[in-house]
Amino acid sequence: MTTVAEVPDNRTADEQRRHQRHLMIRHTKDWIRMGLGIIFLVGMLFPVYWMLNISLQGSGTTLTSSVFPLHPNWDGYRTAIADQGGHLITSLIIAVGTVVVTLIIAAPCAYALAQFRFRWINWALLAILISQMIPGIVIANALYALYERLNLLDSIPGLIIANAANAIPFGILIMRSFMLGVPPSIVEAARVDGAGRFRAFLSIVVPISRNSLITVGLFSFLFAWSDFVFALTLTTKGTIVPVTLGIYTYLGAHVANWSPVMATAVLASIPAIILLIIAQRYIAAGAFGGAVK
Amino acid sequence: MSQAQLAATGREASPSAPTGPTGSRRRRHWREETAKVLFVVPAAFAIVVLFGYPVVKNLTMSFQEYTIRTFFTGEAPWVGITNYVTVISEDLFTKTVINTALFTVGSIVGQFIIGMLLALFFHRHFPLHGVLRALFLLPWLIPLIVGSAAWRAILDQDSGILNVALETLGFDPVPWLTSPDVALIAIILVNIWLGIPFNLTLLYSGLQDIPDELYEAGALDGATGWRAFWNITWPNLRAVVSVVLMLGVVYTLKVLDIILGLTHGGPANATQTIATQSYQRSFVEFKFGEGAALSNILIVISLAFAVVYLRVTRRQVDE
Repeated sequence: MTTVAEVPDNRTADEQRRHQRHLMIRHTKDWIRMGLGIIFLVGMLFPVYWMLNISLQGSGTTLTSSVFPLHPNWDGYRTAIADQGGHLITSLIIAVGTVVVTLIIAAPCAYALAQFRFRWINWALLAILISQMIPGIVIANALYALYERLNLLDSIPGLIIANAANAIPFGILIMRSFMLGVPPSIVEAARVDGAGRFRAFLSIVVPISRNSLITVGLFSFLFAWSDFVFALTLTTKGTIVPVTLGIYTYLGAHVANWSPVMATAVLASIPAIILLIIAQRYIAAGAFGGAVK
Repeated sequence: MSQAQLAATGREASPSAPTGPTGSRRRRHWREETAKVLFVVPAAFAIVVLFGYPVVKNLTMSFQEYTIRTFFTGEAPWVGITNYVTVISEDLFTKTVINTALFTVGSIVGQFIIGMLLALFFHRHFPLHGVLRALFLLPWLIPLIVGSAAWRAILDQDSGILNVALETLGFDPVPWLTSPDVALIAIILVNIWLGIPFNLTLLYSGLQDIPDELYEAGALDGATGWRAFWNITWPNLRAVVSVVLMLGVVYTLKVLDIILGLTHGGPANATQTIATQSYQRSFVEFKFGEGAALSNILIVISLAFAVVYLRVTRRQVDE
């Protein structure tokens, strides 16, 4: 019988000492790595920290500002909310709308492409892959002309549709790769019980694929929330202003006071921070969205 | 039991069979096929309207004199390849092509090397490993325009912390975003910063997929350190690397937020790329035909990379 406790007994004192030293070196290396990791991270996140720092310095010019916000001044946030609070809400409505539209359109298609047999399936996947490579400016260029005629310029539905254009192909690819793993037998079992294809999809496939739906929902929210190209091109009158466009307008005028700009930037980062905290494990899955393996 | 058999069971178990067995079966079959197609119809419609239409429209627009007047008169006369000739023969075109190439290559090389080194670094386990790696993703998740705003504040010539720090150390301040000589370098550096998390995430998951046994076997043959990297890690990571590089190129070619947010293409067009020029033509000068011509050139470049990528991955699948 070999147990872990027996192993050292078989070793000479010299070997034991060497083993101890080996463990100690490994331990030290671990701590050195952690230290390095923290140093790298501090470097990487410095711009984010600096944004937060300046947002809390009322005077705004970085020359007079300190390295730490020891005396936080909330004037920047007051100005930001007064100027941009409405834009944050506009962005929120557009982002939520995009999530809903994307999931409703992409989920059934992802399921069909994963589970049904179509002769043209490879062509469809290729088209979806290529559609992800079309630059946003191309879509904006054509949609501007179309929206002009359909009266969709300067409208929230118009921006939701444009943002869904980014999210739908991405969503199909992510959810399809997940739904390939749904066993057809459980869907068929529901069908034997008399459920139609749509009912079986809603009551069996959707709950099983919850994680991939969450991944797609989160990413389509972030896409729409961060959208700048459509916000910039498909609005003309300044009546519908998402927060990204609000920041851009702030940056357009020569910036005399940075703290409201940075305060808006911080507020616009909140969804990303929440996503990072609650959904870190979905992110790696989402990162592969653009690529069919 | 196969799917077909199960479907057949379902068919017989169903209570409603109004017509004869053959007619009912055919109708059911037809209904099944319709139901299947209905699953893809909304998405197919969306993709045709949101991608098919724009690509075709952009192509036709590029051969038309499509200006703000078109929206009032509805007239967009066909002008052949005039728009392409106009945009290509401008002096600015060469400059934007070179800028696009430098911006893309510089960004990709920087992002990839740093992302790869970090992925290898995080591949070893150490305390706080997961938390630190997760926090690295933050710059990628915040809106690009937020990233540009933060960097604008840092790179500001007079009040930015970078120049303040340089001056404290005894160096001259650098006009990061206002000098034509350095502005392109500055936006490349910012874009590298933004691209690191993406490269890190994909390369890290690629590393995770390489079985440990390969390294154990390699170690027996004396392959450790660099030799293990070149003989084991790199060949096994090739598929992921090609995905990362291809997506990196496609994303970088179309970057608009960062350039507009940081320099707006200036100073003196030093940071103007094909994408920003296309925006400028269409939405600032309202010469949609010329903007479309420029963005079609951009699509062709993107697709060229996509084709190369698809060929590379196909070859790898065939192997």
